[in-house]
Amino acid sequence: MAEEVNKTYKVPIGPVHVGLKEPITAWLDVDGERIVKATIRPGAIHRGIEFMARDRNPIQIIYLAERICGICSFTHIVAFVRAVEDAAKIEVPARAQYIRTLVLELERIHSHILWAGVACYTFGYDSAFHLGMILREKVMDVLEALSGNRVNYGTGTVGGVRRDITPSVDKALRDMIVFYKSEFGVFYDVVMEDPIAKARMRNVGVLSREDAVTNCALGPTARGSGLRVDLRWSAPYEAYCDMDIKPVVPQDHVGEVHGDVFDRFLVRVLEVYQSIKIIENVLAGLPTGALMWESKLPKLLRHLKQAEGTGWGIVEGPRGDDSHILRLTAEKENITWWKVRAPTYANAVSWPIMFKDNELADAPLIINSIDPCISCMERMVVTDRSSGSEQIVTKNDLLRLCREKTGRVMGA
Amino acid sequence: MILLMFKIIAGVALLVFSSLLSFVFEGVDRIFNARMQLRIGPPLFQPFLDLLKLLGKENIVPRRAIPWAFNGAPWVSAVAAMMIFLYVPMGSLPPILSGSGDLILILYLLGLSSVAMAIGGFASGSTYANIGAQREMVLMMSYELPLAVVIVSMAWFSYRSGMPGEPFSLETFVGMPVWSVAGFTGIFGLLCLMVSLMAVVPAEVGKSPMDIAEAKTEILEGLICEYSGRNLAMMKVAFSIRTLAMCTVVVSLFLPWSLGKMIQIEGPVFFLLDFIFFWIKVFFVQVIGVTLIRTAFGRYKIWQASQFYWFHIAGLSLAGMILLSLDVVL
Repeated sequence: MAEEVNKTYKVPIGPVHVGLKEPITAWLDVDGERIVKATIRPGAIHRGIEFMARDRNPIQIIYLAERICGICSFTHIVAFVRAVEDAAKIEVPARAQYIRTLVLELERIHSHILWAGVACYTFGYDSAFHLGMILREKVMDVLEALSGNRVNYGTGTVGGVRRDITPSVDKALRDMIVFYKSEFGVFYDVVMEDPIAKARMRNVGVLSREDAVTNCALGPTARGSGLRVDLRWSAPYEAYCDMDIKPVVPQDHVGEVHGDVFDRFLVRVLEVYQSIKIIENVLAGLPTGALMWESKLPKLLRHLKQAEGTGWGIVEGPRGDDSHILRLTAEKENITWWKVRAPTYANAVSWPIMFKDNELADAPLIINSIDPCISCMERMVVTDRSSGSEQIVTKNDLLRLCREKTGRVMGA
Repeated sequence: MILLMFKIIAGVALLVFSSLLSFVFEGVDRIFNARMQLRIGPPLFQPFLDLLKLLGKENIVPRRAIPWAFNGAPWVSAVAAMMIFLYVPMGSLPPILSGSGDLILILYLLGLSSVAMAIGGFASGSTYANIGAQREMVLMMSYELPLAVVIVSMAWFSYRSGMPGEPFSLETFVGMPVWSVAGFTGIFGLLCLMVSLMAVVPAEVGKSPMDIAEAKTEILEGLICEYSGRNLAMMKVAFSIRTLAMCTVVVSLFLPWSLGKMIQIEGPVFFLLDFIFFWIKVFFVQVIGVTLIRTAFGRYKIWQASQFYWFHIAGLSLAGMILLSLDVVL
């Protein structure tokens, strides 16, 4: 301690690691068990979806957008179709809006329960993980009853939805609500009352309110730090205007905010209850009427071909705001450009702050605590095979490249 | 000479039997764990299948490892853990190496088994294994204190209360249950010591909540990160045998009752009955001390585990020591 020697050593967490669901690397400078510095290196799972999209028309892209993420697939397509509807000035029927809201909430439930289970698994609490997986199976069954699929539902389309709530689906939904109301409390107690779970999550990976603001944290990560941010509340879309929604923040429920992993856990678990309530309201207020603005596909495509303009679609996904921006040009079948910003992109910035002065044992838990979706996030990668060197692009470089490219594709 | 031959044959038979039994118990542990998590779980003989598969796999020694230490550590660890069975009385049968080793030796063998694993980790040349080995050493330092307090208080109590036999010998405790010697305060003292020893079991056998050195979601199985093939098989053997050995020590110290004496049977049946009864007790200790605990809790961090052992469990064992002393003195 007396001499100034470099006693830290580097530990890579990732790119492939048991505690991580997707490839990302965190290079940690560790002193004993304490993390001194953390460097995040994404770039292992870039797929170039936007580039592929430029050869496709908006209807085809729905199925591409759905595959950006395996968990929040519906969030991505709702954001995408809203952007298309925004650009092409399409009105969505009320019933379709309600069904979209319903599926978004079902997806939130499944995502949050999955996350809570995985978080327990990350600190070795396998029993809670298995309990979570059993609970999640119920909502997966409902999604399967509704759409026939468990992951990519194929339910949304431009101007509406493709699946209706039939009486059997309605029954499955009501069963699910009863099931969660009685069974989910067990999971809540198991984790919230467990001394080791508390010891592992309390004061770990703290993101203060100020840091959450300056680093643009989103979704449950920001709410875990006590920020009242929720697009369903601040900028309601689809049927959320009819629902009574307040952002779930820890201070409203336990009276204090720590901004740690425990608070993020609490927020997600409470949001499951909130989603169940929203689903109840959706079922109660489900309007009758058409499911689509235009059910004849060629007619819809013709309208989309003639549309001209830039469209925005921003949706509160299970992990935070998911934004899709695109441009349609008149007399062109395919979209001109499309930009996706997944919530992990904003939340990942907070990682180095959360890592600081925590322990190595917490590293996978901290990475998982923002519920990262790496394949959602990785929208860009820089490679230079010829020189073989790793190149780091500064913010200004990026900005310049971005403007040049936007200028190019817009033909300016 | 004949006696020596007999001892060798009996010793080998016992080691083979206990190794096989440790795998059966591990299979049961996995099934129980799965059922408590509402899963079906693997077949009972899955640990044997795992072992056979591992034995047929390539044995990789990392380029940066120290080969002799890396290859030797699993064997030392497994053999040290196996040796314990030679010093533990099996029911009413005296240990094979009766009189040549006592509780202190058993403690050292348990320690040697853990240290050998840590050396294997340090010799792997991997950052993760290194961290795992460091954690194993820290964990050892943490649980040795309550463990030593338990052993010393038991020996001191048996000596002062005039139990027949050597104070540090396990045969003393098996010959005469301590519970029958202790008075009212002594019973509470013994309870404290028993709980302390049970609390040490998960750390000694490397199971949750003390599977810190082998935490797979944190440091990728830590200690055994770089092991594969035959060496990994030996590591698995060492883990399951150590689990069984630790449980036999708990049974010999605190649950020594003989079924044969209770129902007053004599002859070879008496020894056979006690032998079976002994393993049944070991089974229950393993189910409660390892399976239940690892199902019910997540994993501690290393400093939390140290704190747990140095303050909570050491405090409990010291309380037990004081209560036992009071029992003798008063």
